[in-house]
Amino acid sequence: MQDMVNIFLYGKKYEIPAGLTIMGAMEYAGYQLVRGCGCRNGFCGACATIYRIKGDRELKVCLACQTTVENDMYIATLPFFPLVKELYDMNEIGPTEQIMMQLYPEIYSCIGCNACTKSCTQDLNVMQYIAYAQRGEYESCAEESFDCVMCGVCSSRCPAGISHPQVALLSRRLTGKYLAPEAAHLTARVREIENGDFAELLERIMQKPLEELRELYNHRDIEE
Amino acid sequence: MFTPEMHASIKKVEATRQSRIGADLRRMTAQEKEELLGRYHPDYKKEGFAVLKTGPNKGDKVPTELAELLQAGSRVADLDLDLSAPDYNVDVLVIGGGGSGASAAIEAHEAGSDVMIVTKLRLGDANTMMAEGGIQAADKENDSPATHYLDALGGGHYANKPELLRRLVTEGPGAVKWLGELGVMFDKGADGTMITTHGGGTSRKRMHAAKDYSGAEIMRVLRDEVYNREIPVVDFTAAIELILDTGGNAAGAVLMNMETGEHLIARAKAVILATGGAGRLHYQGFPTSNHYGATADGLVLGYRAGAKLLYADTLQYHPTGVAFPMQIFGALVTEKVRSLGAMLVNADGEAFMHPLETRDVSAAAIIRECDANGKGIATPQGFGVWLDTPMIEIIHGEGAIEKRIPGMLRMYSKYDIDIREVPILVYPTLHYQNGGLEIDTAGQTAVPNLFVAGEAVGGIHGRNRLMGNSLLDIIVFGRSAGKNAAKASQDATVRELALAHVERFAAEAAAAGVRSDARSPLLLPNYARK
Repeated sequence: MQDMVNIFLYGKKYEIPAGLTIMGAMEYAGYQLVRGCGCRNGFCGACATIYRIKGDRELKVCLACQTTVENDMYIATLPFFPLVKELYDMNEIGPTEQIMMQLYPEIYSCIGCNACTKSCTQDLNVMQYIAYAQRGEYESCAEESFDCVMCGVCSSRCPAGISHPQVALLSRRLTGKYLAPEAAHLTARVREIENGDFAELLERIMQKPLEELRELYNHRDIEE
Repeated sequence: MFTPEMHASIKKVEATRQSRIGADLRRMTAQEKEELLGRYHPDYKKEGFAVLKTGPNKGDKVPTELAELLQAGSRVADLDLDLSAPDYNVDVLVIGGGGSGASAAIEAHEAGSDVMIVTKLRLGDANTMMAEGGIQAADKENDSPATHYLDALGGGHYANKPELLRRLVTEGPGAVKWLGELGVMFDKGADGTMITTHGGGTSRKRMHAAKDYSGAEIMRVLRDEVYNREIPVVDFTAAIELILDTGGNAAGAVLMNMETGEHLIARAKAVILATGGAGRLHYQGFPTSNHYGATADGLVLGYRAGAKLLYADTLQYHPTGVAFPMQIFGALVTEKVRSLGAMLVNADGEAFMHPLETRDVSAAAIIRECDANGKGIATPQGFGVWLDTPMIEIIHGEGAIEKRIPGMLRMYSKYDIDIREVPILVYPTLHYQNGGLEIDTAGQTAVPNLFVAGEAVGGIHGRNRLMGNSLLDIIVFGRSAGKNAAKASQDATVRELALAHVERFAAEAAAAGVRSDARSPLLLPNYARK
């Protein structure tokens, strides 16, 4: 006999085998998911979920695909949250202190309640990365926010109306494009390819008969 | 959490760990690999395949589950559709919202086209988002596109279409540069040098990564760029059939709102199928590392419209899927774990192979270890072998796991497994569709103005793809499909829209003796308990 637990999906009670994820439990209950289900592996942020264990005062958040059901779990999903996404042309903007003020000024209304950090499904220090963004320290914001799946739970809990994932994304793009040092070898290689430097070498390999290709492949030198 | 047997086996793994550090494991000879694949790789298991009775690949074998969908009835068969009053009218219609679709849309937009994306879930809900390990590009001093070409060709069993492969390797560095300029944060040293590692089957360290969120980082940026350009995205809307015009050119698609069931018509001068893979068809009962929407829809749509499949009988089973715990069964353990030095170890603590053989060879070797050799570790869902993650910090120093593979650390920590302390159990998982629709170097199929990009394409990777060549191909061929479709749309004159090809396909299937009550494309797997 399988161990079963009682859970409440949107308030309705279902008996579910212990050990299933919340997503698995919903499917066990008979839901054919369309919303609130994406990669099923914790990368896409589609399945943000809010729950409370009966009798517990604390409201918890998680990704439904990454969280095992518990007995007396009251579950509501948050398949969409209206984040503010400002439009910008990456070639026109730069990593200036003013850019956040222009695009996402609400970050300066942060009251330091830390609800964002407490609610992060990825355990990121969200309030800290917003603080970095306020100060124009985009590399630090980018690093601190790197694992963000943009599920939007932080924003749903924010009294200042901040769209944290979008602030983080802008910081990362500014970092990747403007602040990270240029890869000189990459620039050089692209130029060589544009010059056609490798075309002949490739053409020669492509013309070789299969047997010779096999020989080359099987005896190629492999970097340590 | 671990069973007593697992605990006992971990002790054996720990006992041999130090002696394995720096050990030089032999790579298999070409002949050994061939024998191994023939006996243990799922692609060689005859029962898993069926011969197509109808369509452009009549007589060819494909996975049984795919054959059923390719030859099933159309979802538009009984619909009363008015094709003369389209709901959308664009130059370029991109079907699919993953990395290749987004890249294609960005380039079509850049070329001045009126482009629209339709996707059955959200923009970014795709295998791209889940690609962990990295993207290959021959941009280091000791490397060249020719070296990359040979690695991919040998790894692909010499079946890659040479012209497509040439394009992949030649445009690799340019693709990485393009992503960097969009703001993708690649792992770099203080002087800007890309931090690159090996992948299975590479002869040079050319794997570029963004920690172990490589695909997610790329997808987040591409998605943001699509939004910044205000390219229309019609989400939660699936393409359920292509529309050709009376001249036989691709000219749009029948769409269906996934939530309301409403049908809509999109008219376009060129169409790009960027619908991704098929892991959710669970070939041969394997679990999958794929996205929820990976159901081969594009192959079905393209096949009915007359596009040919290439290598649809070759699938990639990623050697290291999660074998335990059950909650994440089948999820991907990035190949980067092996790139960083973790070895594959059996129940007795023996490293049974070189950790960086190609994916097909590695998967077959793990199956052999569990099956014929009887040295797997029993799990509630089958068997697994150890991937000795603690080796990584012995080799690269404390903190290396958190720095280089934070996603893996997090995934397991949710189940109280600290991969810095204990090894993890892995078994092959259905990961990638090596084959797909055949294209020319412009990305076009045999159907005029029908382009394909991304995992739905067959031929670039031959019969086995190397790690890091998929993130590369979605960018290279996605961009190129976008540019070429934009160009084609400028010259296209769309005649009357029609679905005659769907009726013709159904008639031919019936004449060939196909009997099916099923409808395709599948759109989503059905996991709801009946």
